Amino acid sequence: MKLKQLESLLGDLQQFENPKVELEQYPTGPHIASRMLYTAENSFGDVSNKVVADFGCGCGTLGVAAALLGAEHVVGLDIDSQSLDIASQNAEDLELDINFVQCDIRNLGWRGQVVDTVVMNPPFGTRKKGADMDFLSVALKIASQAVYSLHKTTTRDHVKRAALRDFNASSAEVLCELRYDVRQLYKFHKKKEVDIAVDLWRFVPQKGQGKGI
Amino acid sequence: MRLLTHNMLSSNIKGVTSGFPLRLEVEKVVEKQVDFNADFLNNMFVKIEWKALVDASRAMGYADLPDQTEPSMLDSDEFLKKFHHALLELHLEEGALICPETGRRFPVNKGIPNMLLHEDEV
Repeated sequence: MKLKQLESLLGDLQQFENPKVELEQYPTGPHIASRMLYTAENSFGDVSNKVVADFGCGCGTLGVAAALLGAEHVVGLDIDSQSLDIASQNAEDLELDINFVQCDIRNLGWRGQVVDTVVMNPPFGTRKKGADMDFLSVALKIASQAVYSLHKTTTRDHVKRAALRDFNASSAEVLCELRYDVRQLYKFHKKKEVDIAVDLWRFVPQKGQGKGI
Repeated sequence: MRLLTHNMLSSNIKGVTSGFPLRLEVEKVVEKQVDFNADFLNNMFVKIEWKALVDASRAMGYADLPDQTEPSMLDSDEFLKKFHHALLELHLEEGALICPETGRRFPVNKGIPNMLLHEDEV
């Protein structure tokens, strides 16, 4: 599938009706989501024929993108049942067979080794400090091949240090810097549209890790 | 929910030491056809907890998986097709997953298991 085609399919997905600020529910735009999964597939072969988990999947954009690019099994995990309803509808509309699990990533029970790749657009931790690092820590415990994630560019050094030192990643690499346009979703947003610089990361878990949690 | 997902999920209630595999309480099963991919199945074979898959597929009414396996079975198309069916095509649509240690019930509605823990279980 071509990048343009992927982006256009993702652009038609239904997004949050009433985003919840405490969960930092920002939709992953089609521009970012398509580039993230397209890179994972075409530069690293981490998607097609793989088992892919989408952490904090929200309306399922990244998981849908993985399925469209030929992932054999996709699981979307989210704490919010309303998001999961929209995500299942999105998958159904595109005739994609995606599994969803309602859970809190931070106390997930999961057997390791089976998931190849985790993709995620975690809460950036602006509301609940450290939320994105909690997600990353769990992702690196269950993925056997790679973790793709978005983090604010301002936190780049911190993310790298935490991944390599605290979560035992064998590598942590910024693939590119993207602009995340956060529309005025919430009342506390003063400007109509704000661009946030985010890094697209690829982490490789240590071999023999991924034992599960 | 496919049984492949079931093969990864475990109960993470505070104090539980072995939350895997979750027992199945089956109300409704749905079958969805999936393209056969032998390479994927070969890959999965070494990662799957076989007994958990066999027990789960039986709970779903599918009794064709053998109890014992050996790597040579992967040469058999007939075996791979059964493995494929159990792993990817059977879906638990309504029912529950039960923690093997505590008996705590995690409901499954519209194919989505709710694994959220109560405050006193974290």
